[in-house]
Amino acid sequence: MKSTRLKRVARTESQEVRAVADLLFRRRAGQLTATLVRVLGVQHLDLVEDVVQDAFVQALRKWPISGLPENPAGWILAVAKNRAMDLLRRQGRWAEKRDELERSILPEPASAQAPSVYFSEEIEDDELRLIFAMCHPALSVDAQVALTLKTVGGFGTTEIARAFLTGKSTVAQRLVRAKRALRDGLITLEIPGANEMPERLDAVFEVLYLMFNEGYSATTGADLVRADLCNEAIRLAELLAASSQVGGPKSHALAALFLFQAARLPARIARGGDLLPLDAQDRSRWNRHLIRRALEHHRRSAAGNEVSAYHLQAEIASCHTLASRFEDTEWGRILHCYDQLSELDASPVVALNRVVAVAHVRGAEAGLRALYPLKEEESLQSYHALFAVEAELLWRVGRTSEARCAVTAAVALAQSVPVRTYLERRSHDYLEAYK
Amino acid sequence: MADFMLLLHEEPSALEELAPDEIESVIGEYVAWREELGAAGRLTGGKKLRDEGGRWLTSEDGKLRVVDGPFSEAKEVIGGFFMIAAGDYAEAVEISRDCPHLKFGGRIELREVEPTH
Repeated sequence: MKSTRLKRVARTESQEVRAVADLLFRRRAGQLTATLVRVLGVQHLDLVEDVVQDAFVQALRKWPISGLPENPAGWILAVAKNRAMDLLRRQGRWAEKRDELERSILPEPASAQAPSVYFSEEIEDDELRLIFAMCHPALSVDAQVALTLKTVGGFGTTEIARAFLTGKSTVAQRLVRAKRALRDGLITLEIPGANEMPERLDAVFEVLYLMFNEGYSATTGADLVRADLCNEAIRLAELLAASSQVGGPKSHALAALFLFQAARLPARIARGGDLLPLDAQDRSRWNRHLIRRALEHHRRSAAGNEVSAYHLQAEIASCHTLASRFEDTEWGRILHCYDQLSELDASPVVALNRVVAVAHVRGAEAGLRALYPLKEEESLQSYHALFAVEAELLWRVGRTSEARCAVTAAVALAQSVPVRTYLERRSHDYLEAYK
Repeated sequence: MADFMLLLHEEPSALEELAPDEIESVIGEYVAWREELGAAGRLTGGKKLRDEGGRWLTSEDGKLRVVDGPFSEAKEVIGGFFMIAAGDYAEAVEISRDCPHLKFGGRIELREVEPTH
């Protein structure tokens, strides 16, 4: 019974309503968690989560009927603070933590003019520390992603499960196991020192990259949670990039990559819900605001000598996003980036993407020649894109019946409905040409 | 125009596993419903009853008996009430049918208030 109720709280229809309240609960939950974890200790993450959840549930009990308090965020903070104090008293640690708690959790000023303590630099540092703790290499990557979303992002277990298309119990188990490691004191809450920083940052980047891709590869507009994944990955990448302690060219490259990609999201789906490839997208629907932000990060990512995989991917994304027409796409530059990327990352998926660039620069025959070795790759055998690319190239060189075989394989392997629908449409095109 | 009371029966623990974002949208729906009715002059009041600390009072042989309850662990409690203005029961039902309370698993007891003479 409970689960049906949870399902009924779908967010698809409530966008307008959300604008009414605009309380940013998810952000607030993340910030409150970050602050409380600093005060109470990362080994008490369970406790912190209880405190935060309890504050929001109390709001849920009261506000629907009695209406919003004058200062909703302050109200939540006050409730969470009282609850934390109770817990500390019970643990006999009240005296030791009191000052820190008092200082950390100040009520937000009621007037909009007064500067908000809540968005201070200190909170951002709390969040950064929490990100590094949650993306600690001692935890499995799956657990890192789930923990980061739960604690820093304020996502619920059900939301995380839905976003990653896994069961709620799987996510819950990952979280429990990870929290055991936290309790055992393996993981400390701090911004890593200079010697550790590159490695620890890479772990954080990997988590954000997974988070973004998971949201980005979802092409249905139906489940907004997945768009939220992209937004959260962008937010955290920009948080890292803005930090004087942590930020560097590589963080900017990651933020640029996310923003260039996200800018095109609104145009990927046609009015009827169909997936649109790059050459069919209405480019006036790309988000100019995100492109401007992407450009700024892109510029800053060029400081220094390092050319990371994120730099190259951001460069590729920029080539796509900055071309005013599909025909203007600088495929030569894209191919050059893929050549460099293949040296850093010899993965078959990178090689497959490179094939597309090869075909654009040197023609479909050359593309097919670059593709053939990949057909032997074990890891690509169940990847629809391998067959979709092959079909497209075969079709272009006039080998129509082979193209149809390949696209049939691609359709059978497609994981999401929009991708399958798109491939079926292509299959139909090939058939028409054949007649 | 008559006054109607919507007694909001609910299971207090029903939604406590919701994530902050989901909680926000639930609250948002109530806020929107209240604002719409309020603007139309139909919502005339509403109060939340405190979840904790309730007492049952009875008198046995002239002696007062006080027992704690109902508790928030209870299967169902009255969480609070809304007051609305409507011409008759049919209209009051029409107004109440969109109350988010129903969507989120609660029951509404709709009662016309006797006018005071």
